[in-house]
Amino acid sequence: MHEELRNEIISLLSKQVRLDGRKPDQYRNISIETGVSKNAEGSARVKIGETEVIAGVKMEVMTPYPDTPDQGSLMVNVELYPMSSPEFESGPPDSYSIELARVTDRGIRESKCIDTKKLCIKEGEKAWTVVIDVCTMNDSGNLFDAISLAATAALKSAVFPTFDGEKIDYKHKTDKKIPLNKLPVTVTVFKYGNHLMIDPTNEEDKIYDSRLTVSVLENGNICSLQKGGNEAVTQDDAIRMIELAREKSKELRKHI
Amino acid sequence: MSYDKRFDGRKFDETRPMEAKAGVIPRAVGSGWFKIGNTEAYAAVYGPREMFPKFMQDPQKGVLRCNYNMMPFSSGGERVRPGPSRRSKEISFVMERALRPVVDLTEFPNAVVDVFIELPQTDAGTRCAGICAASIALADAGIPMKDMVCAISAGRVIDKMIIDLNYEEDSHEDGVDIPIAMLHNSKQISLLQMDGELSVEQLKTAMKMVEKACEQIFEVQKAALKKKFEVQ
Repeated sequence: MHEELRNEIISLLSKQVRLDGRKPDQYRNISIETGVSKNAEGSARVKIGETEVIAGVKMEVMTPYPDTPDQGSLMVNVELYPMSSPEFESGPPDSYSIELARVTDRGIRESKCIDTKKLCIKEGEKAWTVVIDVCTMNDSGNLFDAISLAATAALKSAVFPTFDGEKIDYKHKTDKKIPLNKLPVTVTVFKYGNHLMIDPTNEEDKIYDSRLTVSVLENGNICSLQKGGNEAVTQDDAIRMIELAREKSKELRKHI
Repeated sequence: MSYDKRFDGRKFDETRPMEAKAGVIPRAVGSGWFKIGNTEAYAAVYGPREMFPKFMQDPQKGVLRCNYNMMPFSSGGERVRPGPSRRSKEISFVMERALRPVVDLTEFPNAVVDVFIELPQTDAGTRCAGICAASIALADAGIPMKDMVCAISAGRVIDKMIIDLNYEEDSHEDGVDIPIAMLHNSKQISLLQMDGELSVEQLKTAMKMVEKACEQIFEVQKAALKKKFEVQ
């Protein structure tokens, strides 16, 4: 069944169209709404077509790691809820959710958009930890881009809770935002045969040959990569995929 | 001491504003969303589908299974660690019992109907909001049902009986929380929990308050389902 679907997708791609009528390099409609969970320090709902995820930021005060006593830290977690797809099951995180979380984490971390030194409260004793949880509501494909977009949008909207030096008062938020530099934008490019495509639906998301997730900075440089899929890609193809991601990142950046 | 004015200014028999939608999760067979005040619940139904693990199958009829979960950032306090807790497991199975009396799964032996309940934002009354959303989702999924389930908390703060406690009231030191699920047509009770001290007369008052509020909940649920199946 997958073989037939794959052939159909490739034959359409050679005519520059897709099953749902889009062009190969065309995103579905994207919407971002922030402040969707009042209890979180920051939150965002991202919809790409029918794909929907919610990200929330919680802030905690922890002892800094011994090797970075003057820095706070960042943690990204992805929850693939069985509510969002018949293919997800309850239970401990599987390799897919761990990959999604780690790729999102690296995009944010390596862009250096969070200055972790500014999260330090008292060197060696207290520093803020920023925890971003991204939860899937409906998986209709392209979770990599949706999750990264939601994580950065939630981060951008986040404020510190009140902290008196001992305890955090989560009920009373300050109006102080997390100090952020330029945010990264993540685009995943998929390869079918010789054709490139972005923003797959959940059907297209199952049968690609290879994919490359690229986090792009505002100046056009890249700050993280993750190759996936069972087929290898040529060096030229990898560069082609990165170029397409850089191009599309400009479009995505307008949303955050 | 007496509780003269509610923390959020509501009347004693006044619920928080309610909203509902059906069909909010396209990949699910049926889904519902229910919001009461700042408590918000999503429910998605998958199935009837084959039950795993197999030893849990019932050859006589399908099994209704609920899974209640608070999103990690949904609480008013610290981050909630992902994964099941003792609390979420208990709530999951009291929700199953709250919904089972209205569904008829005799046509689906060995199958399971899964209901996943997720809360992005909470301010007390989460199990009740979850049941209201789940009832919409089951109806949306076309699962044979003989009634809708409406659920809400009643309770006491100091000397007053109140409906739909918010977090401040729920956590009041002289407060009682009584989550109740009621079948709309028969007015029977399918979920009843309580903690705190209460007279039997007060419990009767609570039941009457819930019965009245359930009428409102039912109208909200019905409107949500009608809207989804409206001919454009």
